[in-house]
Amino acid sequence: MSEITAEQVAHLAYLARIDLSPLEITSLTRDLGQIVDSIAKVSEVATADTPATSHPMPLTNVFRDDVVVPSLTVEQALSGAPDRAGDKFRVPAILDEE
Amino acid sequence: MPNAEMKNRAELMDFDTALELFEPVLGFEVHVELNTKTKMFCGCANEFGSGANTNTCPTCLGLPGGLPQVNKKAIESSIRLGLALGCEIAEHSRFARKNYFYPDTAKNFQTSQYDDPICHDGSITIELESGRLVTVEIERAHMEDDAGKLTHMGGATGRIQGADYSLVDYNRGGVPLVEIVTQMIEGAEHDAPEIGKTYVAAIREIAKALGVSNARMEEGNVRCDANVSLRPRGSNVLGTRTETKNVNSLRSVERAVRYEIQRQATVLAGGGTITQETRHWHEDTGITSAGRPKSDADDYRYFPEPDLLPMAPSREWVEELRLTLPEPPAARRKRLQAAWGFANLEFQDVVNSDLLDAVEATVAAGASAQAARKWWTGEIARLANAAGVAADSLVTPAQLAALIELVEAGTLTDRLARQVLEGVIAGEGTPAEVVDSRGLAVVSDDGALIGAIDAALLGQPDVLAKIRDGKVQAAGAVIGAVMKAMRGQADAARVRELVLERAQAIE
Amino acid sequence: MTYLTKLSAAALSELLVSKQVSAVEATRAHLDHITAVDTDLHAFLHVAGDAALDAAAKIDARRAAGEVLNSLAGVPIAIKDVLATQDMPTTAGSKILEGWVPPYDATVVAHLRAAGLILLGKTNMDEFAMGSSTEHSAYGVTRNPWDRDRIPGGSGGGSAAAVASFQAPLALGSDTGGSIRQPAAVTGSVGVKPTYGGVSRYGAIALASSLDQVGPVSRTVYDAALLHDVIGGHDPLDSTSLTDSWPSMAAAAQAGLTDGALKGVRVGVIKELAGDGFQAGVTQRFTETLALLVAAGAEITEVSAPNFEYAVAAYYLILPAEASSNLARFDSVRFGIRVNPASGSLTSEHVMSATREAGFGDEVKRRIILGTYALSAGYYDAYYGSAQKVRTLIQRDFAAAFSQVDVLVSPSAPTTAFKFGEKLADPMAMYINDVTTIPANLAGVPGMSIPIGLAPEDGLPVGLQIMAPAKADARLYTVGAAIEQLLEARWGHTMLSQAPALTPTEMFASKEGAV
Repeated sequence: MSEITAEQVAHLAYLARIDLSPLEITSLTRDLGQIVDSIAKVSEVATADTPATSHPMPLTNVFRDDVVVPSLTVEQALSGAPDRAGDKFRVPAILDEE
Repeated sequence: MPNAEMKNRAELMDFDTALELFEPVLGFEVHVELNTKTKMFCGCANEFGSGANTNTCPTCLGLPGGLPQVNKKAIESSIRLGLALGCEIAEHSRFARKNYFYPDTAKNFQTSQYDDPICHDGSITIELESGRLVTVEIERAHMEDDAGKLTHMGGATGRIQGADYSLVDYNRGGVPLVEIVTQMIEGAEHDAPEIGKTYVAAIREIAKALGVSNARMEEGNVRCDANVSLRPRGSNVLGTRTETKNVNSLRSVERAVRYEIQRQATVLAGGGTITQETRHWHEDTGITSAGRPKSDADDYRYFPEPDLLPMAPSREWVEELRLTLPEPPAARRKRLQAAWGFANLEFQDVVNSDLLDAVEATVAAGASAQAARKWWTGEIARLANAAGVAADSLVTPAQLAALIELVEAGTLTDRLARQVLEGVIAGEGTPAEVVDSRGLAVVSDDGALIGAIDAALLGQPDVLAKIRDGKVQAAGAVIGAVMKAMRGQADAARVRELVLERAQAIE
Repeated sequence: MTYLTKLSAAALSELLVSKQVSAVEATRAHLDHITAVDTDLHAFLHVAGDAALDAAAKIDARRAAGEVLNSLAGVPIAIKDVLATQDMPTTAGSKILEGWVPPYDATVVAHLRAAGLILLGKTNMDEFAMGSSTEHSAYGVTRNPWDRDRIPGGSGGGSAAAVASFQAPLALGSDTGGSIRQPAAVTGSVGVKPTYGGVSRYGAIALASSLDQVGPVSRTVYDAALLHDVIGGHDPLDSTSLTDSWPSMAAAAQAGLTDGALKGVRVGVIKELAGDGFQAGVTQRFTETLALLVAAGAEITEVSAPNFEYAVAAYYLILPAEASSNLARFDSVRFGIRVNPASGSLTSEHVMSATREAGFGDEVKRRIILGTYALSAGYYDAYYGSAQKVRTLIQRDFAAAFSQVDVLVSPSAPTTAFKFGEKLADPMAMYINDVTTIPANLAGVPGMSIPIGLAPEDGLPVGLQIMAPAKADARLYTVGAAIEQLLEARWGHTMLSQAPALTPTEMFASKEGAV
């Protein structure tokens, strides 16, 4: 049904922020093509009048009261940080998208 | 052909010429930050100014295993805001994930709404200074969570360009937002910049009146993205639009819309094309600059949020909330101006100083409208300005009403009342208590005044003689001396009466 | 004390409650056994050691002081590494989380601590629970105690192997498409995927939010029920958590042991989950079990679930789509490893991409890319949208089936444990292996796997899957316990007592062990 190209895989890898090697792009292009061919059959039975189910249990209006609960301590919050400066997370320079 | 980026404003086509050639089409996306006690999806405090990363938990930090729980109050506030904007409240609504990577977005997706927003299809009518009424159609108002705050370090400007690294504070991450999206606004013509400003002001005013947001633009509670496109006169094909992000003051909205119209007109008239892109407003230079072009990189891969359930606000709940809506701000302004009998300028002064609530409450506490206005926009505003705080944070309407009552009863002169006000602000108590403790009341005991007057008259026999001769204007010198002796705590008019009386009676 | 590891959780609990055995003794016995056998099996990624003994000593002190504790207090348990534990590293089998110690406990872990269970350690799994063999763990494979050249199932191979090899009487697993039930089947243990929303997901590192469910792993149906009663129930931190009040699963399992428990029970055999593609020995043991059920008075009906044919396809769209979004948070900012790119500028974007390239394994990348594709503009309706519709059709199939029968049964997996590497090269072959278990996740209904014998051709365990309508988890325990009792009566022993000895110590132990 759908022919997956290496360019497509490279673009998907960009969207997913994974710096795939050229070899990986090649093998994923092949894998993805096969997988997509096998799973594309969902559209065979998915008729327009069939409603979509996004949740297995049909619950609605699950809300929480607006009541403050204790947060983590700053040390807990930052305990897993690869890098920090004071009480903030430190990240490398951000590409100019602003 | 002129470059799409103007180096300075001098290259711009002037506004009137731009309008002769092109018709502007506008659109606005206004983000209103809700003032709920907790965040949108977790129980962390929604608080401005806390220590970095103190209001965080596994959910709003996007830790593995964290899960969202919807804040009912945020839904309620969103529905009330939607109702105040004349929106329909969706019978079925749900959250969706908007997927994109950015270090201030803890989950690397924003929990937002896509095809089923909570509010849709509303409108508000705004009044321009000319009296022109413009109806702005609202396409939708949806809920989403805010991002954390980035600080860019190193580099010269503190801006993202040239920074060495950035710091992230996730306290704001997960704070509830309502994004209000307008339909295209056509026919704005020369009023386009003012429509932008007035529309955003109206949203801000409504949010504030509802009490759903602190609505302080300077704290980022209300943020505006302005969409502008131009189409040549006589064409019915829409032009390419740009989206100018984060225009965060009313004046900037006006300026940014005006600038973008002029810039696009300059580019188009020179044979150039407009790129569909986000642009950034620079308050200091008064220009916009190109940001990221819109492209397929903007593939947000929206899908229904599987960790949250759909919402179906009952019609009963919606109607209950409708009953809690305050009077629309525009209608309220009309009503109050008429009731108070203020001239346009007087009323505008009150509105622009954000003192409508204060004056109304002071009048409700028994003061006359004019006195309330005079004090709030005069002495109190002056003191607040000097202290760099909001006027209504200095005194309560009840305190001011009590002060005004003392003046009108003759207990205080205006000058004494100002001293009492200082005492009240200093926390010395109610106006009556300050009058007592500082001993500032007007001396209305004639006996005490007569003593001082007699002494003054006898001390200046030449003046006494002149007064007795009918030269009444000579009394001024004596009145001055008496007021001085009474340290100002006397009613000058009464002193004058008594001086004339005593001049005849004195031995 | 080695015999302590052979006891069921229920039996061990009796000794603890009557103070014939201390929690420290029970814990030490299990820790010793882990030391003896796990170097080879590698069921554990982290062993709590002294922390477990300390926790056990506290339970002993409380019990000695006369405090009335949960009946499972002092019973050791292994935790799948997908669950956040604030005193143990939590990696989900991924290099990207190497060494991460969460600042909080998953709700189910908090329940275990509150009930006084002793956390022995964290068990191995396919990275982020993506896999059916535990071969996709970043920390090496776990071996099947029945045959060390074979997979222990996945993704919860570590929990199943730990229980099957007597390193823990109980374990927690998570099941997105069979990750509790299939490992149970191929290791001869018991595993239950509760009704979606029956057990909190808060603190379970999400694979596919609308499919994931945490559940018990054990050697007996009754033990699973006891554990289910501890971890189940409403959690306000998980919005999809059901607010229903649940009956005691332990009582339901006990009910299955009474005479005539299966009499009149309507059992549906799903036509589409049998026949071609099912190993002969699997089909044989399944058919024998059905005969046993008939003999016990159950009514067997064949039911059709025509849309199950599309279940695997729908699953491999929904899962990658949700996973691609759930795994976006692994970005080297707030937790986990950070890897700088080999070349190019050191920007945040490049560091994120380099970290995710280095930190994720092949299967994770494959599914993230697939999910990103399925959600992309232009493909959403054809893929993700259609898959959600298939989900509706599968729910309708279940509804139709459950209008005729009380429970549905099928083999838990098409084959017995396969050899390492056998399906690694062909992702679709691996995916198809989940054909039996996936429908329950798509529909949210509960499912259980219990051992029903060894396949004659390879001597490896075969599992029976039992499924019940949503919220009727108790029914699984009643029927499961009844079948387990019939089979053990027929065999004259438990199935796991037949597992090959792991070490000389084990041979000795099994002689004096209470089986």
